[in-house]
Amino acid sequence: MKKALLTASAAAFAIVASAGYASARDQVQVAGSSTVLPYAKIVAEQFGETFSNFKTPVVESGGSGAGIKEFCKGVGENTIDIANSSRAIKKDEVQSCIDAGVKDIQEVKIGYDGIVFATDVNGPDWALTSEDIYKALAAKIVVDGKLVENPNTKWNQVNPNLPDWDIAAYIPGEKHGTREVFEEKLLIAGCKALGGVEAAKAAGLDDKAADASCKAVRKDGKAVDIDGDYSETLARIDSNKTGVGVFGLAFYENNADKLKVATVGGITPSVETIAAGEYPVSRPLFFYVKKAHLGVIPGLKEYVEFFLDDQMVGPESPLADYGLVAAPDAERAAQREAFTAGKTM
Amino acid sequence: MTDISLDTLASSAARPRRDIGIKKRYAAERRFRLYGVLAIAVGLAFLGVMLTSIVSKGYTAFWQTTVTLPIHFDEKIIDPSNKRATDPNVLVTANYPKLAEAALIEKLGIDPSDRATVRKLKGFLSDGSRVQLRAIVAADPSVIGTTRDVDILAAANLDSAYKGQIDLNVPESRRKVSDQQVEWMNKLKAEGVMAEHFNTGLFSYGASSRPETSGVGVALIGSIYMMVIVLLLALPIGVAASIYLEEFAKKSRFTDLIEVNINNLAAVPSIVFGLLGLAVFINFLGLPRSASFVGGLVLTLMTLPTIIIATRAALAAVPPSIRSAALGLGASKMQMVFQHILPLAAPGILTGTIIGLARALGETAPLLLIGMVAFVADYPKTPFDPATALPVQIYMWANEAERAFVERMSGAIIILLIFLMAMNIVAIVLRRRFERRW
Repeated sequence: MKKALLTASAAAFAIVASAGYASARDQVQVAGSSTVLPYAKIVAEQFGETFSNFKTPVVESGGSGAGIKEFCKGVGENTIDIANSSRAIKKDEVQSCIDAGVKDIQEVKIGYDGIVFATDVNGPDWALTSEDIYKALAAKIVVDGKLVENPNTKWNQVNPNLPDWDIAAYIPGEKHGTREVFEEKLLIAGCKALGGVEAAKAAGLDDKAADASCKAVRKDGKAVDIDGDYSETLARIDSNKTGVGVFGLAFYENNADKLKVATVGGITPSVETIAAGEYPVSRPLFFYVKKAHLGVIPGLKEYVEFFLDDQMVGPESPLADYGLVAAPDAERAAQREAFTAGKTM
Repeated sequence: MTDISLDTLASSAARPRRDIGIKKRYAAERRFRLYGVLAIAVGLAFLGVMLTSIVSKGYTAFWQTTVTLPIHFDEKIIDPSNKRATDPNVLVTANYPKLAEAALIEKLGIDPSDRATVRKLKGFLSDGSRVQLRAIVAADPSVIGTTRDVDILAAANLDSAYKGQIDLNVPESRRKVSDQQVEWMNKLKAEGVMAEHFNTGLFSYGASSRPETSGVGVALIGSIYMMVIVLLLALPIGVAASIYLEEFAKKSRFTDLIEVNINNLAAVPSIVFGLLGLAVFINFLGLPRSASFVGGLVLTLMTLPTIIIATRAALAAVPPSIRSAALGLGASKMQMVFQHILPLAAPGILTGTIIGLARALGETAPLLLIGMVAFVADYPKTPFDPATALPVQIYMWANEAERAFVERMSGAIIILLIFLMAMNIVAIVLRRRFERRW
């Protein structure tokens, strides 16, 4: 027994010693955005089931930023092949990629996702505008042309048509890709409409600082950053029936029996209104492919082509069923063409 | 003591009693006991709440609704142009879900040309039928053209509806099952075609985007690989290190420093070990991402201090007389350690190891950084293939949008808890069996 254990440990040591482990990776590795994760999982699973000669790709989550960081670590088998992202890659991220030797990146847009505001299903109907959101959740708002600390504590102080509820909003945390869309399409839009930018400039701030003051969220506990996933936001709404949560369209549609969705600018979020560009708070979803790995990692090219097929991302596809808003026909065709042509950023 | 004579006692009793605060002290003791009982009651209450909530949410995950259908393996659907002799790929890409749908249409007595009604069937049966039926055909191609009864999994939403987890009083447009589907479900249930079975898939399937075909299979294998690696590496290294430190090393500044560091290491947050693993094993040594081998190495680093501390305590608990006797009879120091001290310390060492392993089994944080928090559908053949671990699978399911994953998450927690309990029981039994009291 003791001898056997010793031999086994010796064997384990031998494996560690031969750590230069060099057999080729035969599986696509993907990491990134938790919003894109469910879609990537569906595609990966069906890819594995359809192509019996390739293994099912491994999909890690962890957030857009973390995925891109992993992606930009360099070229080689122990780096990932694809980064999922719920926002476009930033310039400094591209630069850090290039510095690490990832020179050719192919951008693929898979479709759109809508961001919805939802409340408990038994509550009243909500109709929001970007101005309402700004007045309720920004750190400083415009009163008589001047920036003041946000005095609003109830939704009906923001807009008399809204219910008499204490402001309690569960918004995506700063590491979420969703946060950027939330800031850009709601806070900054509302700020501009109400003259917040002028007021900030009048207070002596430059353009950049004015933007930053527009999208600063109040820190007095009325707006709560959720760094986890939407299921955490749902749990908060469950326990605080007068809370307002921010969700992805797909998540809302899967839990429509528990949540009531708010209109934004008078438009009800749905696959149709987002595809038509009517609903204001939507964003494109992407993934980024390392061109140097195409043809080296078995199945990578096939996986991307499979992903871009109308069977997967078209208007009547499993991804659309789950809540992805398909891009218009011409845009999908252009994406496929750009990938086949090997167009890099 | 016996010298105290009775009459001195008697005379002290006769004197008036000094107030020695006996009442106050008894009251203090009673209060303390009460606090103790309260503390235990609060602890037990929380444990009870946790276990009830997990078990009440999770026990349904061990059952899965299936529909038993006579599947006609129609050649016209599987291989319409009769090419399978020359092109075996035909059997891989065939439209198998169509077979299941056709069988269901017949069972429910729907007119196949009534497209509107047929469309409502969408989402009744699991898409997992593709893999299931393909496996039947692949195992025995002669089945084509015949009819066979097959248990097809119901789709997750129907499964939830069957188990009564979907509130049917909500308006139809707000829930995931239509009234028509509920009607069909009740019909099939009455005929005994649709029924709940023990969910073996929960143990055998890997990760999946469909709740009904997802299971902890890959996670279990990954966890087992990692436990074996931790055991094989951490036990010998830990025991060797502690024997040297406890029995051979001379007390010096240097060994004191090592001791302090080991104690500190045991308190380091596990995520730090994950960072270390990413930097050393993946970026420097070039080991594969997401592999349970790397996970095992990281958990070994994390468990080592625990094992060393437990082993040193067990060695120190062996009385010095044993050492002196062995040495006195002419044993070398090495013989003394391996033939006398180690066997006596073994129960303590094993208990410490198992508790360290149990802690490692429940870790997710260090695995996050080495890419093991991932969607892995294929079984890992070796520890170098991508895999997940049980707690990781629980975390992944907790983040899913579909309702049916909630019960699976709780089900997986139950499985993990059973594992942990089994390990702790082994530790207790070992201690009881072999422990010697001096």
